[in-house]
Amino acid sequence: MSMIINLAYFAAAVLFIVGLKQMSSPTTARPGIIWAGVGMVIATLVTFVHPEISGGVNYTLIILGIAIGGALAWWSGKKVAMTDMPQMIALYNGMGGGAAAGIGAIYLLQATPETVSNTGLAIAVTGSLIGSVAFSGSLVAYAKLQGLMKKTFTFAGQQVVNIAIFAITVILGFLMATGGGEIGSATLLLFFVLALAFGILMTLPIGGADMPVVISLYNALTGLAVGLKGIVLDNPALMIAGIVVGAAGTLLTQLMAKAMNRPIKNILFSQFGGSAGGAEEEIEGTMKEIQANDAGIMMAYAEKVIIVPGYGMAVAQAQHKIWEFTQLLQKRGVDVKFAIHPVAGRMPGHMNVLLAEAGVPYDIIFDLDEINEEFKTADVAMVIGANDVVNPVARTNPESPIYGMPILNADQAHNVICVKRGKGSGFSGIENHLFYADNNQMLYGDGQKVAAELVASVKALG
Amino acid sequence: MIIEGFIALYIFMLAAFTGYEIISKVPVILHTPLMSGSNFVHGIVLVGTMVALGHATTPLEQAIGFVAVILAAGNAVGGYVVTERMLEMFKTSKKDDKKGDNA
Repeated sequence: MSMIINLAYFAAAVLFIVGLKQMSSPTTARPGIIWAGVGMVIATLVTFVHPEISGGVNYTLIILGIAIGGALAWWSGKKVAMTDMPQMIALYNGMGGGAAAGIGAIYLLQATPETVSNTGLAIAVTGSLIGSVAFSGSLVAYAKLQGLMKKTFTFAGQQVVNIAIFAITVILGFLMATGGGEIGSATLLLFFVLALAFGILMTLPIGGADMPVVISLYNALTGLAVGLKGIVLDNPALMIAGIVVGAAGTLLTQLMAKAMNRPIKNILFSQFGGSAGGAEEEIEGTMKEIQANDAGIMMAYAEKVIIVPGYGMAVAQAQHKIWEFTQLLQKRGVDVKFAIHPVAGRMPGHMNVLLAEAGVPYDIIFDLDEINEEFKTADVAMVIGANDVVNPVARTNPESPIYGMPILNADQAHNVICVKRGKGSGFSGIENHLFYADNNQMLYGDGQKVAAELVASVKALG
Repeated sequence: MIIEGFIALYIFMLAAFTGYEIISKVPVILHTPLMSGSNFVHGIVLVGTMVALGHATTPLEQAIGFVAVILAAGNAVGGYVVTERMLEMFKTSKKDDKKGDNA
């Protein structure tokens, strides 16, 4: 029997690696997730005959648990809007971290001097700590992106408190790992409470704009925690899948942080977005308003239009109307291109997914590097629902929290139209100097309504 | 124990390099789906929670194990559903492209 189980786990590990490999290319991405899914089903089914599982109650609880967790996740995963995908990933990731911590808790509760080694205990403690932090941290990330928690939460001496809590947690962990299996339940409880508290406190001061990187980091951490639990449970499938995700997630986190030009160290240990009011007085010029009708005509008679879509466009569900507008412009011979900032949407690639949903073909969508030089030659740059990614402050003001972040040079187009729901600063809370520029005009209104009006104005031209 | 000390370390090292290599050539448009996909893969923790709950003996252990199984099942199923939904869109948009070319 154990031969079958081991073969199944081996097959699952291979399928996971092949699946992830395929998911890193657009043409094979979809079979990739299906192969990984097959691996998961095989590994789960074969575990029902695992020799270590015993007791009718336990079997019932396992089946019930899978049914409840699976059904809730299936329902929520099918229902969630594409725009809310990042926080949903955070939520599911947090659940994985919590599960890893749960395995650790049971292992440590059952530990006796006869059954465990100090190495085993140390690995279990480390995995539990990482899993707990990923769990509570991901939940905070979810709450922030979901809008349940609007403000960043900071207090004096926060860093010191965080470091102190982390240090106490590590000391408790060290005591448990070297205690030879004699673990008091009070110590264990305190260890988990502190680990969870650390995850919350570490994530609270991080601003919403940095959240994708944090989610990616927690994804890597959960992978690592799962891998460590694989060693504890002597389960190669957990070990390989967990470590592969841990390493892949770490690289992905670095790629995202690089795209935002925010070193991971700064994201985690310096506050961002909470106190960004200092530069406001320096703004020169006034905001000018334009009506949708005029904006539509301006673009209809342009030669080259670059559209800069942001998360706001997706929230307003305007991408379908914008694509319709684009097609109308193309029929009139206008060269229309989409410029995607690496962090447009909420994560690298998120905006591409949203545009793909609306049916916009790949060949008119360009990255920052590919299109930034072209803004100079564009007649109109239309910024819709984006803000920080076109804020010239990132180039000019070293005081600004977003200074140094690569931005789309929309301000270099002959005319700029910024579609915005209302007057106010962006996700990071930083004033956008582009709105006050001479060549910029503001088009106020809900994204979808504005897009519909733009469509109507071009249609009216015949 | 099947995996003895240093063998575990070797597996750890090789798996880490594998993970790093897989991601290193990924285009930006796939970052979000890939993060979601790797999130699904660590849903394998479900197998671990099943085993942990399977040898639970006290009500406290059973309670923790039960919650852990629910969470892990959520991770695996949720991760799969959202990844599949995102990747499906890439497929549809390609079909649309072809239609566009024919028209």
